[in-house]
Amino acid sequence: MASKQQDVKDLVERKYQHGFFTDIESDTVPPGLDEDVIRFISQKKEEPQFMLDWRMKAFRHWQTMTEPNWAKLNLEPIDYQAISYFSAPKSKDDGPKSLDEVDPKLLETYEKLGIPLHERARLAGVAVDAVFDSVSVATTFKGKLADAGVIFCSFSEAVKDHPELIERYLGTVVPQRDNFFAALNSAVFTDGSFVYIPKGVRCPMELSTYFRINAANTGQFERTLIIAAEGSHVSYLEGCTAPQRDENQLHAAVVELVAEKDAQIKYSTVQNWYPGDEEGRGGIYNFVTKRGDCRGDNSKISWTQVEAGSAITWKYPSCILRGNNSVGEFYSVAVTNNMQQADTGTKMIHIGKNTTSTIVSKGISAGRAQNAYRGLVKIFPTADNARNYTQCDSLLMGDQCGAHTFPYMEIKNPNAIVEHEATTSKIGDDQLFYCLQRGISEEDAVNMIVNGFCKEVFRELPMEFAVEAQNLMNVSLEGAVG
Amino acid sequence: MLIEINNLHVSVKGTEIIKGLNLSIGPGEVHAIMGPNGSGKSTLAQALAGRSDYEITQGSVRYLEQDLLEMAPDERARAGLFLSFQYPVEIPGVSNVYMLKAALNARRKAADQPEIDSVEFMRFVKEKAALMELDKKFLSRGVNEGFSGGEKKRNEIFQMAVLEPKFGILDETDSGLDIDALKVVANGVNLQRDGQRSFLLITHYQRLLDYVQPDYVHVLADGQIVKSGDKGLALELEEHGYDDILAAANG
Repeated sequence: MASKQQDVKDLVERKYQHGFFTDIESDTVPPGLDEDVIRFISQKKEEPQFMLDWRMKAFRHWQTMTEPNWAKLNLEPIDYQAISYFSAPKSKDDGPKSLDEVDPKLLETYEKLGIPLHERARLAGVAVDAVFDSVSVATTFKGKLADAGVIFCSFSEAVKDHPELIERYLGTVVPQRDNFFAALNSAVFTDGSFVYIPKGVRCPMELSTYFRINAANTGQFERTLIIAAEGSHVSYLEGCTAPQRDENQLHAAVVELVAEKDAQIKYSTVQNWYPGDEEGRGGIYNFVTKRGDCRGDNSKISWTQVEAGSAITWKYPSCILRGNNSVGEFYSVAVTNNMQQADTGTKMIHIGKNTTSTIVSKGISAGRAQNAYRGLVKIFPTADNARNYTQCDSLLMGDQCGAHTFPYMEIKNPNAIVEHEATTSKIGDDQLFYCLQRGISEEDAVNMIVNGFCKEVFRELPMEFAVEAQNLMNVSLEGAVG
Repeated sequence: MLIEINNLHVSVKGTEIIKGLNLSIGPGEVHAIMGPNGSGKSTLAQALAGRSDYEITQGSVRYLEQDLLEMAPDERARAGLFLSFQYPVEIPGVSNVYMLKAALNARRKAADQPEIDSVEFMRFVKEKAALMELDKKFLSRGVNEGFSGGEKKRNEIFQMAVLEPKFGILDETDSGLDIDALKVVANGVNLQRDGQRSFLLITHYQRLLDYVQPDYVHVLADGQIVKSGDKGLALELEEHGYDDILAAANG
């Protein structure tokens, strides 16, 4: 990968040669962030004035903020002026011409994940007819969705075509000032997805988006906004994959969900950003703010995530249970191997009456990885009869990794019922030997035990994702034992 | 011979437990090993299955014309060596049938055969479960998850019935079973006796041998076989205890 690293370095370090507004098709804004860069992004995306103002407000606030350091993460300081904040697709001449030129190890991984060949080609960055955007929105079913009144498009399109919805909902769940990374995202986000499900509509199909990061290209700052109007239902899948690169890359996304009265949103993620190599070189720094607002009575938001990639994962998909009888769920598998670090969990904020939340977190650590669950259950005085159930299990493989659990509870209503269960276990030599004695190879045995451990979460995933998630576990933990 | 153990020495954490054991088992034979606690019965079973913390310091084991000690534990299993564990472990979330199918397919893969058809597999498994008087619901439950002691033991013999090994080692499968469960387990073993398959029954008590008739009985004491005989030896042990035999062997 040495040559690739050099390419990227060249790309990032080169002085801007063609003037600021030349053809961006094959060019990158020089590293650094100031108001001009933000104006450039907004102009490039032909955004209305309110959007630029919004970005500027976020940026000005971000400048007054400092990075959070409370997470159990060990990382080199990020130089925000060394990052390029807008990058158009790489020139097709630079990329590999066919699958034959792509690192076979990478292709092998895609094959194991069961990603179809055409998709593999796109993921690998092959210069076929691929679109190198950070966002690929399935347009195949746009007609069918439109018949149902569903809006499903890229964020940029939504800003142009549905500015009134953007203006009304953007930042109402994750405010610009929410945290350092959310503020940064608000200033510089480049694209993402937008979904609007109108009143009473049950979205006729699963909506899915694949996010990719290509080296020094677009896609580090996505923004996703999903609005489920009264009585509507939607299931949204998000897959994240990044090709192998030797340098660290920052990914700071924001996802906002709004569920009105009687509405339900199910949001599933399989995150497989490049985790870095065995020695911890390279990999994505994944700092993501995801939050859902159960705004109306009887609404429900369910997060399911399988976090397998990234050098660093920092994310806490949360639910604000504002409506009475609203329901929040968080099902998570976070797997860390080699030098990966994850600090992930959720926040369940109970405000309405009779609100319930369920948290099931499965952390798996192997190699020298560190895996922390951090979760907050907060019950407001208004939340009569609130209920929470938390189950937090950790599985350790080998003796050099760590698992940590940080549950926080703030209970301000005496009739709340909050339960917390936590277990930590090691992949036992006994379990492994038992499987070996039945004739199952060590690798298959580990996969089997791990998938068994994750079962409660995997069964929450839509079918095709469950299979992908299982395969992903196997790939991620390859060589973790023995 | 199916298996020939010569001058086997096994140490666990630096302490020698098996101290020069010799034993040969022919095809179709059933051997029982009896002996007091701490005599090395379970150590022998674990060492033959290939558990890594059981260190072989001396001796040789030929199994089906191969050097057993050179084979990895999963290779041994695929070559037909089955251990019914004294303490079967729980594997939460992994269903019994899923593991069995994986085990069966691992064998078929090693033998260059295609994977078993799922429908055929389920029919086969249900048949075996019925023989072991195991309720169908056990098939879909996690491996040994929440099973009672007796259910775990029955599950071991059920797995053996499905995997059809050439050589079954039963490590105190009879302990902790009531008489009905013992009969079911014994019946499971007897059904598999076909004149080719061999068994090594490790037991503390003679009562299993009332239901599974051994061809040979050996007494293990302090890491060595001190006496061998036919099933009459087991009755003798039952009557007089180990002390007389050990005294005679030492005298």
